[in-house]
Amino acid sequence: MAAPPRHSAMLSVSNAAATPQSGSSDKSQTPQQPSTPQPTQGLRVPSNRKTIYDRHLNRSRNAELSRASFAYLFAEMVTYAQRRVTGIQDLEKRLNEQGYPLGLRLLDLLFYRTTTTSSSALSSSSTSSSPPNRPLRILTLLHLIHGPLWRLLFGRSADALEHSVSPDTPNEYMITDNDPLVNTYISVPREMNQLNCAAFVAGIIEGVCDGCGFEAKVSAHNQPTEMWPSRTVFLLGFGESVMEREKVLERAGIK
Amino acid sequence: MPSSTRTVFSLIIINKAGGLIYQREYQAGLRSLSTNDYLVLAGTFHGVHAITRSITPKLPLAQTSPAITSPGGNAPVGFTYPNPGVPASGLEHLETEKFRLTCFQTLTGTKFLLFTDPMTGNVDTIMNKIYELYADYVMKNPFYQLEMPVRCEAFDRHLGAWLRGRT
Repeated sequence: MAAPPRHSAMLSVSNAAATPQSGSSDKSQTPQQPSTPQPTQGLRVPSNRKTIYDRHLNRSRNAELSRASFAYLFAEMVTYAQRRVTGIQDLEKRLNEQGYPLGLRLLDLLFYRTTTTSSSALSSSSTSSSPPNRPLRILTLLHLIHGPLWRLLFGRSADALEHSVSPDTPNEYMITDNDPLVNTYISVPREMNQLNCAAFVAGIIEGVCDGCGFEAKVSAHNQPTEMWPSRTVFLLGFGESVMEREKVLERAGIK
Repeated sequence: MPSSTRTVFSLIIINKAGGLIYQREYQAGLRSLSTNDYLVLAGTFHGVHAITRSITPKLPLAQTSPAITSPGGNAPVGFTYPNPGVPASGLEHLETEKFRLTCFQTLTGTKFLLFTDPMTGNVDTIMNKIYELYADYVMKNPFYQLEMPVRCEAFDRHLGAWLRGRT
């Protein structure tokens, strides 16, 4: 175990303070460490001695965050974006811009986690015969967003994936979330009822699409129903070049 | 237990300056006051609450060891509350034949006033849940300005659903 020496030194000190008769009883004492007061220590070291840098990137089962802290953080982000905005569209654009880089960066983590479901990450990287994981067609990309991306972000899949029925806009797709996590605690005032703070999530989706090479514009729209008052539809409009490439790929039979 | 004995009539939230920030009724047929009257009611209660807190009887500190206290200078004669660890609280319950008013003051000074049937039990549980909903749907809402009237649609919705579904 390659723990940094600084942490191990700290822990040995706190161990000695907490349990003078360390040794055989050392293991049983470990979970009680957070309760021991350590006033001089600025950085909190988790009880299992692993900081976030020691953790494996693929270990996502217990990597859950507090919903309340996220709610406060997101509320602060909305307040920040609200400063000096000219209107609702401007505010949504700012939220979108906050999410966009997150989507670009998240994409690599998402690919890494979906490719290395087994532990043979390094061996199968160059010579594997498994199909490439990167989506080439729009539908594969949409399934990636609807399923894995949503699970990575919110712990569940999105609720619906639709293609625009209008013949004028074949490049538009819709992803529906009945109760977006970001909007759980947010009540938009009546005079701003066009606003949907899930524009932040739309920005993340836009970043993921752009990162995959699909130029797209994504926006979030309110579509409340009786049962789901904060139901949100993410409208994905792909660019001309993407639609042309899509036709070529369809003729070539690439999936 | 029949549902009529576990009724919440209405809820009032008063900010720390004594202003009314939220008022809802949960029972049909209540005589409703005008907005101005509710503001006066909130302000009056705020004053009464402050008075009840300040008239808490105090006990003079027993002068058991004057030798120790005198070197501290001419400090005023100390008083203590009957139960020293607990700070003096104001009015908490007000009960009549027909209703009971329960007041819960948060650590930040916001007061929740709940009008219930006198037979209603577990008012503390109700109050805690209301406080929890307030912390969730009001304080985590980026569009809510502190100390201003609460206009949060999600708060209304969850509170109403919970108070109605509870009985």
